[in-house]
Amino acid sequence: MHADWLSLVPEIGQLSLIIAFCFSVALFLLPLWGSYRNNLLMMLSARSIAAGFFIFVLISFLCLTWSFTQNDFSVAYVATNSNSLLPMHYKISAVWGGHEGSLLLWILMLSGWTFAVALFSRSIPLELQARVLSVMGFVAIGFSLFILITSNPFDRNLPIPPQEGNDLNPLLQDIGLIIHPPVLYMGYVGFSVVFAFAIAALLTGRMDSAWARWSRPWAIIAWGFLSLGVAMGSWWAYYELGWGGWWFWDPVENAAFMPWLVGTALIHSLAVTEKRGLFKSWTILLAIFAFSLSLLGTFLVRSGVLTSVHAFANDPERGLFILGFLLVVVGVSLVLYAIRAPVVKGAQGFDWLSRETFLLANNILLVVVMLVVLIGTLYPLIADALGLGKISVGAPFFNMFFLPLMGLLCLLMAVGPVLNWKKTQPALLKTLLLKPWVISLLIGLLFPLFYAEKYSIPVAVAVFIASWITTALISDFIYRLRHADSFISGFKKLSMSYYAMSIAHVGVAVSLIGIVLSSHYSQERDLRLQLGQVVEMAPYQFTLKSLIPIRESNYIADQADIEVQKNGKFLEILSPQKRRYLARGDVMTEVALDAGLLRDIYIAMGDKLSDDAWAMRIHVKPFVRWIWLGAIFMALGSLLAVIDKRYRTKTAEVSL
Amino acid sequence: MNKRLFLFIPLVFFVLLGLLFWRGLSLNPNEKPSALVNKPFPEFTLSVLAAAENPQHLVRASRNDIIGRVSLVNVWATWCTTCLAEHEFLNRLKSQGVLIYGIYYPIDFVEEKSGAEEWLRDLHNPYVFTVVDEDRKLGMNLGVFGTPETFVLDKKGMIRHRHLGDVNEMVWVNELQPLLQALEKE
Repeated sequence: MHADWLSLVPEIGQLSLIIAFCFSVALFLLPLWGSYRNNLLMMLSARSIAAGFFIFVLISFLCLTWSFTQNDFSVAYVATNSNSLLPMHYKISAVWGGHEGSLLLWILMLSGWTFAVALFSRSIPLELQARVLSVMGFVAIGFSLFILITSNPFDRNLPIPPQEGNDLNPLLQDIGLIIHPPVLYMGYVGFSVVFAFAIAALLTGRMDSAWARWSRPWAIIAWGFLSLGVAMGSWWAYYELGWGGWWFWDPVENAAFMPWLVGTALIHSLAVTEKRGLFKSWTILLAIFAFSLSLLGTFLVRSGVLTSVHAFANDPERGLFILGFLLVVVGVSLVLYAIRAPVVKGAQGFDWLSRETFLLANNILLVVVMLVVLIGTLYPLIADALGLGKISVGAPFFNMFFLPLMGLLCLLMAVGPVLNWKKTQPALLKTLLLKPWVISLLIGLLFPLFYAEKYSIPVAVAVFIASWITTALISDFIYRLRHADSFISGFKKLSMSYYAMSIAHVGVAVSLIGIVLSSHYSQERDLRLQLGQVVEMAPYQFTLKSLIPIRESNYIADQADIEVQKNGKFLEILSPQKRRYLARGDVMTEVALDAGLLRDIYIAMGDKLSDDAWAMRIHVKPFVRWIWLGAIFMALGSLLAVIDKRYRTKTAEVSL
Repeated sequence: MNKRLFLFIPLVFFVLLGLLFWRGLSLNPNEKPSALVNKPFPEFTLSVLAAAENPQHLVRASRNDIIGRVSLVNVWATWCTTCLAEHEFLNRLKSQGVLIYGIYYPIDFVEEKSGAEEWLRDLHNPYVFTVVDEDRKLGMNLGVFGTPETFVLDKKGMIRHRHLGDVNEMVWVNELQPLLQALEKE
């Protein structure tokens, strides 16, 4: 065994977590009190306390990671989620493979964001800064208490620790799990910053363009992480679950998707608040919603009120705690909002044909879509609570509303970016949009004709909208360069935010193409495949060449080697597996994928039918990668937006 | 009217939601069956999958075609691995003379019918016939959220039981067979 003090690492982690909790209490109280007493020292203390909070959470997190790497099965959480046979990188990612550890990761992210606010907000007035950090502190108190009271990851299995761990759920033994939760949590928790800004604004009573400019980069970057996180989750489901689907309208997917929808509305509404000083109350409300929905997501996932594939070990006590916390946070925020939010009086107007109108429409549509998803997700719960029985709502319900509403949103997206604030001359629209419209209409109408034998109208519509979004942006870009001396000087003159917006919007067009084309042109066959037998799925032919047993350190597997030919020419060998993990005996389907920009070939093994035959599922999925590629564009856009230089003013000055 | 009152709307909305969750915590979502038990099987008229064993050569079928005798109604789909696992067992039930009707439930709005027809051809057809729930209205009426699901119908066409997940030896012996025998005597 290890040296004596090393066996105490879990206790050090536990202690650090308690110290971090104390820091969070201090972070809540001192700066807030200072801001009302106008006590400079107390307001300034917020930064150091934020740093302390971050450091102690980090120590705690590292202690838990250490216990995982050392196979310390006396720690109950390690014993439940790891195994000595597990490869090292999975031991580390197993830290957030279960409820307790993922909650610790959540708190680590929260402390990281808090610390980042302390570092990068020196240019904003001290009073606001102190209040923002104090609100972050309040959120931190809630989550620290939650983990300490109901979900301690450092609980010991004493006096007789198990010899071997229970293993990480094999579904989670995957690169997708290593990166998906941290990125997703970055997004979830990132909205706490905007939320803190909103509450601080309500407390201060100051909601002007400057406020919007300070909170905007935080909202955008959180949104970027969330976009990436949601896309990664979908990508993971696609190749790991073996159904070939990439979105299931599962409650937990919805839980991440709702903050994304509101976050999207928020970053657009913030733009109006910054540039035109309008929609102030609405923006604040969206900021509160975005974070509340993140909390709601946490509640739904961890309390067991809804069934889902993302089953965390559920416990009503935990549910009750989060519900209580949710009530306090959201309830107090909304009361504060009702009392303090600015009431619109005779605001500056705007013409119907203006950027404001379109952004307003964007906001309304996104919030309606969010409400649809919310209703769909909660309906089973509502029905149950009202005694109507246990029912579920599936994909048909969501698709029925989601597709037309999002289609409309995308259509508006082609027009919105080229409009001016306040008022746009219809003539300008004609100059900017007519040519792109004609070109896109042609592309849209012709594409399905050339791509497939059967003409598909939804595909034509989607291709038209996606092309229009893109060509309108290009047309607008050319128009903006019209006075520039050269392309290069004009290119430099346009702001980073402009490029960010364009890239993110193209990202939506790319995802749109991916979603519609992959769902319309996918070919999918479930079949019995016998050794040597050829299966035709034009233009591909599949032959089962051999069946091999595989043995690895933590699983055994049956592997099928399938030769893929395209029009009779050899393309590749794909090798899907059916694995049985030794520690728990779980059986997993390991999909074989040939990923490509224009199509994926996807083979999953079903059941063994005889010694030389297996049930297999073969998919050919055109453009499926574009769904996630679009999300990468969106995240890239958010990155570009926050490095825009107008957010970096006055950082050199020390503000006192 | 005071405009500030509007700002209270989100709060009211939230309080209602909070009450709902409070109630929800004490209920168990896994205990699903069902609002539909002891209700008549919903009306439908849907096209029938082409299959070798289709005694009446039906092209379209409606509720009247499946009621009259005690039967199972099994909701399935080709993308569903559990359905594949269950299929062999359904074939066995058929050979024992159990009446099983199929509802084919496509998850994707473009999924081809031919895949389902092949499925029945390659894996044998345990169903008297299978209707295609094209717009998934029937599935929605039945509250289907995943496949496979199996409903037990009595002679009058009332749903008497709903089983989620695959039908296997254990489910059959412990759950379905006793119920079917009891229903036959009614």
